[in-house]
Amino acid sequence: MSCLQTLTDYGLRSIGQGVRGLPKSDITLCDQFVLIGSGMIWNVYFAIIALFFGFFAATAIAFAKNSPQAILRVPSSIFIFILRGSPLFIQFFIVYETFVLFPKIGIDLNLIFMEITVETRWLTRAWLGALIVLFLNTTAYSAQIFYGAIQSVPLGDIEAAQALGLTNKQINKRIIWPTMLRLAWASYTNEAIFLFHATALVFFSSFPAWQQKGDALYYASYFADKTFNPFVPYPIIAMYFIIFTIIIILIFNSINKKLNKHL
Amino acid sequence: MFDFCIDPQNLDGFYWWSCYLTTGKHISFYTSFFVVFALLIVTVPLILLFGFLGAIARQSRIYPIRIFGITYTSVVRGVPDIIFFLFVPIALDQGIEYLRHKFKCSEWVEPIRQGNDFVVCQIAKMPMGSSDQWIHDTYGFFLAALAFSIVFGAFAANTIHGAINAVPPAQIETGVAYGMTRKQIFIRIQLPQMWAYALPGLSNLWMILIKATPLLFLLGVQDIVYWARELGGTKTARFTYPHSDWRLGYFIVLLVFYLFLSWVSEIFFNKLTLKVSKGQATLNGTVGGTIDYISVSDDEVRNS
Repeated sequence: MSCLQTLTDYGLRSIGQGVRGLPKSDITLCDQFVLIGSGMIWNVYFAIIALFFGFFAATAIAFAKNSPQAILRVPSSIFIFILRGSPLFIQFFIVYETFVLFPKIGIDLNLIFMEITVETRWLTRAWLGALIVLFLNTTAYSAQIFYGAIQSVPLGDIEAAQALGLTNKQINKRIIWPTMLRLAWASYTNEAIFLFHATALVFFSSFPAWQQKGDALYYASYFADKTFNPFVPYPIIAMYFIIFTIIIILIFNSINKKLNKHL
Repeated sequence: MFDFCIDPQNLDGFYWWSCYLTTGKHISFYTSFFVVFALLIVTVPLILLFGFLGAIARQSRIYPIRIFGITYTSVVRGVPDIIFFLFVPIALDQGIEYLRHKFKCSEWVEPIRQGNDFVVCQIAKMPMGSSDQWIHDTYGFFLAALAFSIVFGAFAANTIHGAINAVPPAQIETGVAYGMTRKQIFIRIQLPQMWAYALPGLSNLWMILIKATPLLFLLGVQDIVYWARELGGTKTARFTYPHSDWRLGYFIVLLVFYLFLSWVSEIFFNKLTLKVSKGQATLNGTVGGTIDYISVSDDEVRNS
């Protein structure tokens, strides 16, 4: 079987396209490259969606934590403490177990609203359930980074804005938020990289890989088990992760240049 | 455990709980919390050792050593830690067995890799097939601990490298002016002073290390996650203490345990930072204020 054939067979295997059965014997180098690469689709999907929504949620929570009003400050501080203080691995377990219990609890409700039964079923699937965990997790970490940056905004800038007669809302939007992003960007780049790395945990914690549709690490460990040779699949997945990490750094650095254009 | 626990079917309320929570398996669950601490105790010195070696290698004047140091720190940082945790123990295991096979069974001519199998002679097995179960468990635990140390050593190397270079250059110039050698400058000036600069990064690393400990479960160690899953799963009426799926409850206990550990560590490191930075030319040392070590810094890392 040529490598091109393998690519058409297994290129989109991780999202359910192509040949059903995974290669079991005579596993070639090409098989490993293609399937592990196919699994990377999941890692990229989780990272992009979680980071995108996480960015906005983190901004909101960082400002809430900085708020003088206790009703905003306390819940956001607790949210950040719980999600930053506990392992992501445990968070995956807890959320999965909660979602598994959902339909049982929700039976009464579902007699009236039939859609809810269907939707809670999706929560136990990785594409939604794990995404929610990753989203909450990156929100908490990013919010703490943004909060630290808000605290480091030079007081003189804010005083100057007040002297010019800007309202609090305008100060937040035009002075604090842009400065916060600039100050936080180096750490936020790190956060993006580590969230991307954390996506490798999804199918290794509680979320089952349905019909063997898993992420890169799922296939890498599948090959390591089947061939009993860790020296091929793990370096391959490491290479993929390094390539994507470099891409993240390039994207975030170009955004950083835009943020610092005026300086 | 207690006398009234002989017939659990007829118990309820407080008595049922006091019997349920003191079964043999629950005692194993409680002792497995020490596995977490054992891992921390074993890995921390190794992490510092790897960190120092990595940092020294990174600024070595010998080119191959420098390249090795830079590759080690950057490759580990670029790849998810879980991949190393899966790769290192099995790679080490096979490496050790391969070497033992070469020494002890040199008369074997068959290849070690036969298709999808890894075949070594019986006496090259590590640990020996005849060994007790606890030897296998301990061996597995130490391979896992080594994997943790290699990964976190790379992060520590980065922090220590930065801290060594953060010592004000004027002090090193003073050392040079006094005629100190490179080694003397390192031991007498850079090493004692770097701790204040390294502490924020190292304390952050400690927090990440704590949060990485449940990954032991993935390496087959019977840690708290293993027992939480074991005990929490549905127990039918055939069991002495039947109950429905309680895994959520057990995992919430683990969550609280980790939150507590993070909280205590945070307080400890805030105090230590103040102590170490006394008299140092940093914001902490001169002004006497605290710097939140989890706030913005280029070196901030996080993990699972």
